[in-house]
Amino acid sequence: MSLTRAEIEQVSLLARLQLGEEELDRLTDQLGQIVEYVKLLDELNTDKISPMAHGVEQFNNFAADEHRAGLKRDEALANAPKRDEECYRVPAVLGGN
Amino acid sequence: MLSSARRFGRQLVLGTLLVNNNPYKIVIGLETHVQLLTATKLFCRCSTQFGQPPNTQTCPVCIGLPGTLPVMNRKAFHLSLVTAEALNCEIPEFTKWDRKNYYYPDLPKGYQISQYDLPLSQHGWLEINDPKGRFDSKRVGIIRAHLEEDAGKSMHDEIAGKSDSRIDLNRVGTPLLEIVSCPDINSPEEAKTYLTELKLLLTYLSVSDCNMQEGSLRVDANINLHVTTTDGVVATPIVEVKNMNSFRAVERAMAYEAQRQFDDWKQTSCKLGDMPKQTRGWDDEAQLTRPQRSKEESSDYRYFPDPDLVPVIVKSEQVEEVRRNLGELPAALRSRLESTYEIKPADAAVIVNQGRSFVDYYIQLATSCGDGKEASHWVQQDVLRTLHDNQWTIDEFSVSADQLSELLKSVQHGDMDKSRARDVFKEMVASGESSVNTMKTMGIQKVGQSDAVGLCQKLLSDFPKIVEDVKGGRQQAIGRLIGEAKKQNPNINPAQFRQLCLKMIDEM
Repeated sequence: MSLTRAEIEQVSLLARLQLGEEELDRLTDQLGQIVEYVKLLDELNTDKISPMAHGVEQFNNFAADEHRAGLKRDEALANAPKRDEECYRVPAVLGGN
Repeated sequence: MLSSARRFGRQLVLGTLLVNNNPYKIVIGLETHVQLLTATKLFCRCSTQFGQPPNTQTCPVCIGLPGTLPVMNRKAFHLSLVTAEALNCEIPEFTKWDRKNYYYPDLPKGYQISQYDLPLSQHGWLEINDPKGRFDSKRVGIIRAHLEEDAGKSMHDEIAGKSDSRIDLNRVGTPLLEIVSCPDINSPEEAKTYLTELKLLLTYLSVSDCNMQEGSLRVDANINLHVTTTDGVVATPIVEVKNMNSFRAVERAMAYEAQRQFDDWKQTSCKLGDMPKQTRGWDDEAQLTRPQRSKEESSDYRYFPDPDLVPVIVKSEQVEEVRRNLGELPAALRSRLESTYEIKPADAAVIVNQGRSFVDYYIQLATSCGDGKEASHWVQQDVLRTLHDNQWTIDEFSVSADQLSELLKSVQHGDMDKSRARDVFKEMVASGESSVNTMKTMGIQKVGQSDAVGLCQKLLSDFPKIVEDVKGGRQQAIGRLIGEAKKQNPNINPAQFRQLCLKMIDEM
């Protein structure tokens, strides 16, 4: 198995996902299969190929610093599970900035 | 208020002396986040204006809706290059952006777009000096300066027992340049000076407004001590200090933290590597640092290249052009003022600290009146005080450098003394008139030699006792004569009149 259950528990903590015992078992297996599949690439010899930072050979894609209208507040907040007149509301966050 | 502030100042000085006499070296590295002066965000075209109502400056890109693509703001990248070049950094040809993954409500995408292993600049330096000589000039190394996006703002709402946090995403995606110094800073004073010099540089470059109240410039510090013991040098655990809202707060937090770490080390002997890195927050009211709850597991950011952004290639010609257009930077400007106008480093620093327009005013004044030192006194005292009292910038100042130069020349020619010139200056500020017209309105004119001699003769015969005293060696008795002369003719130049009296008494 390419991924351990402990790794899946760690990743789910980082992603703030509360997973049940059964889900952890299932995801360990499923994510393991994905990683296993990607590992197929290890079969290729890449000794003479320089690393790429991007899949497309493209560089310097810039936009001008010119303002364009965005979303109205109600649109921006439309999908929030919890909101008030002005803001998204989330469970208390302490010690942040 | 004032007396307690003064008391504190004295304590701080005592504390500093104590620190300097202690058997340890303070080691500080600073991380400075600077908001770049762009109209729009780093990866979308939403406004970056400060202080707008919550959640009115967002779009699908910055709030991380699926299917959106970020595009790099050209100006933000350019301003980063300008700053990196001014900080003497190397600018690699190739740079890219990475995702820094962490889960936090003010970061809607679940990652921050930042730069990891290939930042746009590295290995630079900033020179710091202290005109008061509290430390030797030194170059503080710059490890890197990289371009990243800001997060949103979370506000804790305790009204009516509600325990939610409120999230405002206006700030999400605002361009930040993170400037990381080497741990080359060895005292609270050096830390404050580094930040002051950095801010001055950024202001001269017009890359940021550096407004700390609005969060355009934020500082975190990493600090520990190298303690000399009989068994060699021991390093104390590194502490990251956050929540310092002014340069003064940084200075005080560093002084406090050094002492705290030393006390802690004496008690526990805890050294670097014995415990994980600690984060502490500066409490400005209580003047101390407190432990902060660190984000759980936050050190595991799982960086990887952002597939949504293409890398940037910077050609050497582009860097060359940026360098050519940097203009004269504060350090060079200070040394030019010192050498050209023969003023002291501390005076040059005060003038340069006021910004480029003020420097231009000074240069114009010094050149035109031909006396750099006198011009320096006038701009630092009378001009700065007037600007301050009226809340003006130098561009709003009613007396031009040429007008002030005329006034200074009148003093040089002995038309009046400096104290009368100050009165004329005040009138010029109020009226905006030239010094010549103002002097005319105030009835000020140079007293001719024959008039001065006449007045002196009259006074010498009116006050024989003074003549006697002066002849007897009490030169200070002459003061009374000058007072009388000014009463009878306010235009009398006291210094010149004093010489005249002494000469005439001597000849009697």
